[in-house]
Amino acid sequence: MTEIFGVPIQALFGQLMLGLVNGSFYAVLSLGLAVIFGMLNIINFAHGALYMAGAMLAWMGMEYLGIGYWWMLVLAPISVGLIGIAIERLMLQWLYKLDHLYGLLLTFGLALMIEGLFRDLYGVAGQPYSIPEEFSGAFNLGFMFLPKYRAWIVFASLSVCLATWYMVEKTRLGAYLRAATENPQLTQAFGINVPLMVMLTYGFGVGLAGFAGVLAAPASQVGPLMGSNLIIVVFAVVVIGGMGSILGSVVTGLGLGIIEGMTKVFWPEASATVVFMIMAVVLMFRPAGLFGREK
Amino acid sequence: MSRRVTIAYLVGLVLLLLAPTLIYPILVMKVLCFALFACAFNLLLGYTGLLSFGHAVFLGTAGYVTGHALKVWELPTLVGLLAGTVAAAALGWVIGSLAIRRQGIYFAMVTLALAQMVFFFFLQAPFTGGEDGLQGVPRGTLFGLDLANDINLYYLVVAIFAASFWLIQRTIHSPFGQILKAIRENEPRAISLGYDVAKYKLLAFVLSAGLAGLAGATKTLVFKFATLTDAHWHTSGEVVLMTLLGGMGTVFGPLVGATIIVTLQNELADKVGSLVTVIMGAIFVICVLAFRRGIVGESLALYKRMIGQKI
Repeated sequence: MTEIFGVPIQALFGQLMLGLVNGSFYAVLSLGLAVIFGMLNIINFAHGALYMAGAMLAWMGMEYLGIGYWWMLVLAPISVGLIGIAIERLMLQWLYKLDHLYGLLLTFGLALMIEGLFRDLYGVAGQPYSIPEEFSGAFNLGFMFLPKYRAWIVFASLSVCLATWYMVEKTRLGAYLRAATENPQLTQAFGINVPLMVMLTYGFGVGLAGFAGVLAAPASQVGPLMGSNLIIVVFAVVVIGGMGSILGSVVTGLGLGIIEGMTKVFWPEASATVVFMIMAVVLMFRPAGLFGREK
Repeated sequence: MSRRVTIAYLVGLVLLLLAPTLIYPILVMKVLCFALFACAFNLLLGYTGLLSFGHAVFLGTAGYVTGHALKVWELPTLVGLLAGTVAAAALGWVIGSLAIRRQGIYFAMVTLALAQMVFFFFLQAPFTGGEDGLQGVPRGTLFGLDLANDINLYYLVVAIFAASFWLIQRTIHSPFGQILKAIRENEPRAISLGYDVAKYKLLAFVLSAGLAGLAGATKTLVFKFATLTDAHWHTSGEVVLMTLLGGMGTVFGPLVGATIIVTLQNELADKVGSLVTVIMGAIFVICVLAFRRGIVGESLALYKRMIGQKI
């Protein structure tokens, strides 16, 4: 069997693929955080909990209503987005004039509530969710087996990121959005309904988290705790990348996922902490983040 | 300290000295440990305006170091406590000097991420006992008194708390504390007045981490074990909640908040199970939406309004 640096090439590519999968989740989640932060100036601590809610909704749809994967891939993000809109209208909108830290604290409280609720209903153990038929099995690439579902996760995540980039950078709605991010008062004065856009932005951002949750459901156990540890890593990703640009978050997310995967091969003990170590190094040499701008 | 605070402090001290005749001393000691933790945290959030979301890591680190020093190295109790405190302060220096490179929300995220890194380290390191924790830590003796006796230990814990609380008060009202408040209110102005803001922030961070460490070290002594829970981000969230609920930037707020949260958890734990988390989350949300000054802060504001009306 071929080896690279004493590691079987199959294992190497297997971890590379897993890293890409994790990186895709980092990318979609940090993209959602960045979109929300740009518009609302709030770091959405509930992002991980809503990602988990997306996965749980997919599972519940299957368990109670018999709704399959493909429908839930559309319905769950919309439901999570609607929950987000309710959160924004009922709570977040009262905090915009205050210190940004209150937004973090409020969404932290919400994260605890959502997580605790699902824990009370379903316990901490994960629920199994089967891979849709179309994606069971693997491609044989000659040098490795590529599970079809993993390829789909990467493809779907990157498509969503690209679509978001296109919408924000190239469409009229995106232009309004960027204008409202830059100067809300002036944009409002031009007759654009800024509060509405803020509301939709939050709904869209958390909808992305719900989408990532449904994508993750067949790839891992669906359980109430799946979001909380992930979100802390995503925070580190956001600090490393800076929240300046959409493509920046995608590149940082994928890159860190791959680095993490490689660490699992060469130095397994450090694989849980490598992203945080990179964050510490970035803070030392480029405090604003790789793609960020000092304000 | 103002006269009113001094009187409240002395009254509180007398109550604490009498408490074990009425209440289970272990519970009071637990409250005191978390109150010290919250007061240390308040020094940073309430008086310097820095929200650290990874403060549990200092509580946890000191717990492990003290536990290790007492159990494996068999050092005297006071040396063990000191070792834990110093270790937490040193870790505070490392994390603090990285975190103060970013501000506001980023500061919170950086502290959370670095704390998570240390948490994973503890999870894997051999000396922490992983998921089982470090158990069977001996309390030792102090001046010939056997601390295995809960009442003896109780008075040591009260002494530690009273001394630390007094130290925090002195810090807040010292020139150093005034500069911290200036940084909280208007950082650019503090810089333009010639203060090395980064240095003051770091010092406040180290002080806060050290005192949080002292709380963790004391907690290990009380419960005779150190666990991963103490270093987990859930505990970091709890200390934020205690401070917010009691009133950040108030002298007695963290004490009130810690008392309520610890008592609440104690009462609810076996009654509602995992709904405790939901209740904690709900208190968070209510505090942020309607109650931002906390119990002590809102009471003070109400009191001032009543006085104002009379005049």
